[in-house]
Formats: sequence, C-alpha cells, structure tokens
Amino acid sequence: MQRHASRSNLLFSGSDWNFGTLSHAYDVIEAVAKEELRLDIYPVQMEVISSEQMLDAYSSIGMPLMYRHWSFGKHFLHHELLYRKGGRGLAYEIVINSDPCIVYLMEENTMALQALVTAHAALGHNHFFKNNHLFRQWTDADAILSYLDFAKGYISRCEEKHGVAAVEAILDAAHALMDQGVFRYRRPPRLSSEKQREGLRERLEYEERSYNDLWRTLPRQADGSKATAENADLIAERKKALNLPEENLLYFLEKTSLILEPWQREILRIVRVIAQYFYPQRQTQVMNEGCATFVHYTVMNSLFDRGRIGEGAMLEILRNHSNVVFQPGFDDPRFSGINPYALGLGMMQDIQRIATEPTAEDRDWFPEFAGSGDWRTILLDAWANHRDESFIRQFLSPALIRKWRLFLLSDAANESFYSVASIHNERGYRRIRSALAQRYDIGTNNTDIQVVDVDLLGQRHLRLQHKVRDGITLENGSCDATLRHVQALWGYEVSLQGVDAQTGATLYERSSRQLAD
Amino acid sequence: MPIFIDRRLNPKDKSLGNRQRFLHRVRAELKRSVQEQIRSGKIADADGEHAVSIPAKGTSEPNFRAAGDSGRRQHVLPGNKQFSPGDKMPKPGQGSGAGSAPGLQESEDDFRFVLSREEVLDLFFEDLELPDMVKLSLKEILSSKPRRAGFSTSGSPTNINVARTMRNSHGRRIALQRPKRTEIEAILAELTRIEAEGPDTARDKAAALRVELDRLERRRRVIAFIDPVDIRFNRFDAQPLPNANAVMFCLMDVSGSMGEREKDLAKRFFVLLHLFLKRRYDRTDIVFIRHTHTAQEVDEDTFFLSTQSGGTVVSTALEEMQRVIAQRYPSKDWNIYVAQASDGDNFASDSERCLRLLDSEIMRLCQYFAYVEIIDERESEIFGSTDNGTSLWRAYLSVKERWPNFDMTRIARAADIYPVFRQLFTRQPARPRN
Repeated sequence: MQRHASRSNLLFSGSDWNFGTLSHAYDVIEAVAKEELRLDIYPVQMEVISSEQMLDAYSSIGMPLMYRHWSFGKHFLHHELLYRKGGRGLAYEIVINSDPCIVYLMEENTMALQALVTAHAALGHNHFFKNNHLFRQWTDADAILSYLDFAKGYISRCEEKHGVAAVEAILDAAHALMDQGVFRYRRPPRLSSEKQREGLRERLEYEERSYNDLWRTLPRQADGSKATAENADLIAERKKALNLPEENLLYFLEKTSLILEPWQREILRIVRVIAQYFYPQRQTQVMNEGCATFVHYTVMNSLFDRGRIGEGAMLEILRNHSNVVFQPGFDDPRFSGINPYALGLGMMQDIQRIATEPTAEDRDWFPEFAGSGDWRTILLDAWANHRDESFIRQFLSPALIRKWRLFLLSDAANESFYSVASIHNERGYRRIRSALAQRYDIGTNNTDIQVVDVDLLGQRHLRLQHKVRDGITLENGSCDATLRHVQALWGYEVSLQGVDAQTGATLYERSSRQLAD
Repeated sequence: MPIFIDRRLNPKDKSLGNRQRFLHRVRAELKRSVQEQIRSGKIADADGEHAVSIPAKGTSEPNFRAAGDSGRRQHVLPGNKQFSPGDKMPKPGQGSGAGSAPGLQESEDDFRFVLSREEVLDLFFEDLELPDMVKLSLKEILSSKPRRAGFSTSGSPTNINVARTMRNSHGRRIALQRPKRTEIEAILAELTRIEAEGPDTARDKAAALRVELDRLERRRRVIAFIDPVDIRFNRFDAQPLPNANAVMFCLMDVSGSMGEREKDLAKRFFVLLHLFLKRRYDRTDIVFIRHTHTAQEVDEDTFFLSTQSGGTVVSTALEEMQRVIAQRYPSKDWNIYVAQASDGDNFASDSERCLRLLDSEIMRLCQYFAYVEIIDERESEIFGSTDNGTSLWRAYLSVKERWPNFDMTRIARAADIYPVFRQLFTRQPARPRN
C-alpha cells in the first residue's frame, strides 16, 4: 500500500513521454526551481523536433530562421557526416535567447532526459538570458526572431532582384568580417521596429529615384584649397568627422563605403546585427553553461529527494550529467580544452561550499561571503553581473585549482619547448587564476583591427590597423583573402598595418594593391 | 505551463537550399572528382551514390585569424601530475605549424560527403550536352506497376475486399452462433401473441421468453456483425513493367593507336549506353570484347587498362561477338545492344568482311548497333561531317543506309557522343521480344 502511494507520486515512469507528462514535469520543475533557487525566467515555448531538424538547426548557427548561404550547407554536410559516422551525438536541446524563450527538444530523448533538458535549458539558460547584464543590455530578446524573419525575407528578395551570385558575394565578404563587426565598447543601437525600418528603406528608395547626376558636376567650394596649410589638423578633423578610429569594420563600411548600393548596405547591417546578437554568448560560455548545469543538478536532486523521480530515471540523469561535465586531463587523448560545463559547475558548487562550510583558506580569500550560508544570493548576483572573465577572476578558489590540478604553460613560437610557468601551489594560484580569466576575455583574444584613417575627398585609401598583442600575427592566406573582401566592399585601395601594441613599432604592412599583382 | 509546439511534422530538409548552394560553389571540384571516379570505376557503378572529397582549402571561409605559429601564449591546462615550475617539455611536431599545446588546435582535413544519384548524374551529363528530356528519362528509376497478389490482413481502407471480408464475417457468425434477426423477431412475435391472450394465462412463459430475448440481444451485441479480424485487403505487389534482359557488347580496338584520351571518350560512350539500358531493362549484362588482329572476351579492368600490340582486324571482334551470342545470349531471350569504339584503322580488305558479317547476321540479331570513331580534335575540323573517311567508316555508312537500327558518328569531344544515341532516345520504347 505504502509502495503504491509512493509510486503515484512520481512525475513519470518509464522512458516514453507525451505532452501531458512533459507539461506536468515542467510545472513541477519550475515550482522547485523558483522555490529552491529563486529563478526568474521568461515564459517558455517548447518545440519538439526530430533529429534531422536538429541537424538543420545546427547548420544555421542554432537559429530557427536563417537566410540561405552556401557556408551553412557546408556546415550541414560536415555535421551530418560526423553524426552518421557516430563520431558525435547530437545535442539534446537547443535554447534560443528570445522572449518567450524557445527550447527545442529532440523527440528521441527519453522522458528522464526531457526532464533534465527542461531543467537545464528552460530554467537554467532561460534565467541566465533574462538576468545577465550582457544579455539585458546588448541583445533584444523580444525582437530577434522578428528581425531574423525580416532578414531572411529581405535577402531572398534581394536574390530575386539582383541575382544569387551578387548577394552571395556580399554575404561572403560580410561573413569574413563578422568578428570585426561588433561594437565592443559602446552599446549598439536598439533594433528599431519593423515600421521604422520600413520608413527608412522607403526614404532610401526615394533618394535613389530622385538622385540627380547634375549636382555632381557643380564646382566644389573654394575653401578646399587652403587644406595644405595645416595638414595634421585637417586629418584630425577628418577622423573626428568620421568617428575614427572605428572598431566595427562592418558598421564603418555600411555607413561610409561609397560604392555600395542600399540593398548591399542593408545586408551588411543584417550580418552585423546577427554578429552582435551572438557577442554576449561568446563572452559567457562558462557562466551560461555552468548556470544551466548547476540548476539542473540542484533541481533534479531535489526532485529525487522528494520522491518525484524514480531511482532508474535518476541513474539515467546522473549518467548523462556526468558525461556532460567530464573533464579529461591535458594528456588524455580525449582532451580538447577546458570543458565550460565542468568549469562552470565546479566553480558554482565551490561557491556553495565556501558559503556553507568554509575552510580557513576560504575565509582568507573570500572574506565577503565565506561562511555566510547564503549561497543563493551570491550565485544570483554572479549570474546577473558577471561574464566569464570577471567571474573567474573573482571566484576561482585555490581549492578548485588544487582539485583540478591546473597548471600554466608558456608557449613562445620561437622556442621548441613549452615551459611550465606555475602550478597549483601558493605562489601559482593568482597567476593561474588571472591567466585563465584572460583566456576567456574576448577583448584580448579577438584580433583587434580598426579603421584608422581614410581620405574621402582624395585617394580614398582605407587604412586599417592591427594591434599586435604578444607578437601574435595573422595567418597570411586567410588575411589576404579577407583583405580582398574588404576591398570589394570598399572599392578603393585598402591597407592593413600591423602595429605592436606595446612598442608601437610597425611589424608588417599589406595592401590590396600588392594582392592584385 | 509552457506552450508546446510539435514541429516534427514540419517539412524537413530546411537546409536543402544551402546544400545546393554549396554544391554549386564547389561544382568544378566536384565534377573533377565524379569524373575521376567514373573513369576509374566500373561502368555499372556510374549509376549510384558517390562519396566525394573536397579539399578543405577550396571551401574555407577567410577571416582575420591569428596564426598558430606566432607570438607568445599562455595555456591553462588541467590534470598536472608531475610538473613543477620551470619544467620544460618539447613541443610535438618540432617547429612546424602545430605551435600550440596538445589538443588545442583543430585540424582541418579534406571534406568528404556523399552525393546522391541525381547529383552524380547531373555532373556526369554536364558536358555531354544531352537534351533535357533525355537527362530526365535517364534519371528516372525503373517504373513498376502494382499487380494483384492475394489478400492481406492490413492495408488502406480503399483496398478492402468486401466479398472476402463478408465471407469471413459470415463464417465467424455461424461458428460463434450469433443469433439471427429472424430468431429475435420470432420470439418478439410469440411474446406479443402471449401478451395479447391475457396477462395471467402464461406469465411464466412470457418471463422465460423475455430472459431468452435478453440473452439473444446481449449475444448479438457481443458478437459483432463485422469484426476487425474478418477484414481482408487486396494485396498488391509492385511488378516491374514487362521487361526482358539486355546484353550490351562493348567492342573496342585496343591497338597501340588508342591512347588514354581515346579510351576515356570510349568509356563515357559505354557508360551512357549502359545508363540507357539499365533504365529500360531489369537485367543488363555487359560483355567486353577487345581486339587487335585477334579478338577476345575480357573483364572490365583488362578492357580499359591493358594495351596489346598488333594490327587491327575489326571482323575478328564481330566474329567473337557472334560466338558469344550463340553460346550465351540467344537473341530470342535477350535484347542485344552493341557499342563499338575504334579509331577507324582497319585492314582494307577486312572492311568488306565486316560489312558482310553485319548484313548477313548481326544486324538482324541486335536491337541497336552504335559505332563511334574517335578522332583527333584537329581531324574533326578536316573531316567535319563529310562522308569521306577510313575504309571502315565508308563500309559502315552503307550499313547505316540499309539498317535503321544502326547509328554512327565521329567524336573528338565528350559533347559529340550524344548524337549517336539520338535515335535510341527518341524512339518509342521497343517492345521486348519474349
């Protein structure tokens, strides 16, 4: 009798699922998560898809709608091959930062997995998207889907009007500059509503129609002649007028290039907006996955303790959980870098430990919260206000460094050996912590290339500058091909100068003129 | 309570358009790869899926990315076992491009994927300049027609066989003794009669009748008139359209004058004929006969790969073919197709003999005889379409006049191959002989 009662309390039994059990499981999981972790989430929209549709979603960088481009076809074939060969499983879910938050579930998942995925994506990721300051400030969760819909439609209309090849050329060039197509320091303008954009386009079309070539032949104003006098002043003024230096190459080309037609500018804008949308995600990999993993681990265990999940299902959940957070050592053949799931979860559990049962060392390192017992507030605060780099800098503890046996390896290209710089000892903790934080700082890892000067009234020579940090230069072939793309968008000569960030010495210079030869 | 959307029934292949764009982009490379495979593979294998590989370089997406072999970096790695600060370890792959810690760099291999049959054929057809109609009909898979094949217990409702179903139902009703409507009506009539006579005369009898009526009614409800187990469906088998077997004879001159280019063109010519035959016949055999001044039947590899020295006597090949036909492919059971490729060299007196062989017997036996003479690109300008030519060419011209199922052409490029088949592809499908 007792046994019967406890069984009926289970959320589900067996591996089959249906929409009723999914919905019931979601409600219970949401209640537990809100009660135990005080999560705050967007409403959820769950979509069930098949494995083929999952492959489709993979190829279009995880977005439900995307314009067409050959590179997505290439990625699709690549993923399909890996999947068919059994080299790689598919993700169990994809979650999209939008309002409502969209979660894709694979139909092949068992019910236990669906529950795990619900806790992981629909609550963990969802909370992070809604609360982290980067996402709040830099992306528009409620506008992204309608924007993608517009982008897809716009690009296919362009293809009809101007031909697939012409559109592909622009997209190729824009994709090559995607990494240099984000605002890093100032907040991008909010996505304007569909109506405003429509008005803007109409105005552009009107300007196109009413353009009168005669105006071009009017004599220039006379004050251009005294330019020679104070050249330096003029350059400074010119730079100021164009808002130089400019870190966002796509933005600069879109606004300033003299040869692009309005539809080409709009395509550059679309690529730029998408790049910007993904920028916070790239800065919060560890935190985002860590948050989701921490949430699913806590919620699932809590459900198990309350007798809502059977032992069999819990074993399956734990097996999947440990696969996800598996971190092989550096000398293991399976090693492929630090697993963000493992690092994120490890650090968050460590925070929980420090808050509840601190050692003397923890009290030393984290006097603010060691032993305070209130780990929920600390985690909620970290999830809201940090990105990977600052999170690691702030919270990576000596205990975790020892547990992971982290060590620091210096690698200089001109030497034939690596040397071990620090290990997990008293002298190494801080260096390891700051080096690891540095590794997640996108600002220092991304190639820093900026537009520094262009004379629109003269040669129209576009000068780009690459700040070379730590002597890390660019791959020649790829760099040349990209410069060709920039030149295609700019129309006139383009040159790239490599300048050492510390000394200011010029290391190399490439120009599109040399490439043409 | 979240919103649930079931997307499983949404159209798949959302990225089909992207795939096509990608294939278009690497078309030149793909074409080279497919044609290489057709050149080196078997004739019969041309018609199927092919795995192709594209060098990763050709499809790379450039950007400003850091070179792996420059600068100073620091890596944080887990799992330290024996290192202490200051230890040094040699880099793997000394001094070469792999200038980063183990496992940190992704390698980009050649990119392999599978092309579907349609995509392969598209690429194969590309410079053969086939008319679209022909391309379409070659890509068509063998058609089939459903044919009645007994009954089955499952199927779609439109295929229910009513007569058979009712027969089963009837048998079951008899076996289970389902009460008939007439029995019930009889009892009802009896009951009304008794009640009409007077209420108290036969109360017991009426009660008994009511119980009986109840029992029968219940039994009728329990034993269905038509039960799912009775239902029978007509079963259909997909029967291939009436087809017979075909045999394709590939005759080729392998004397020294046939070089790599000539053999490649000849192979394409054979592949095209084979595609045509395969579409139309269930079973197609291929017989390879090579000849110099003697002829012999060989396997495919020998046919294309080895050369022999010697003069050229075409009639020996025809005689060998006659022998094989007599031995293994009686013309009443087989549709015989002949494809002959040669550079036109022949002993002068032998052409007469070929003419006699063809006229007297071979042309009666075959469905179709196609002859291509492979010539130099420069020669093609000289000869053009004149009737002048080698003695073999002139002899065959007279055959062409007499026999409608004979066709011949000179080819110098792949695009010249199709005309020789034109008649084959425009004719209504020939009725196979049985």
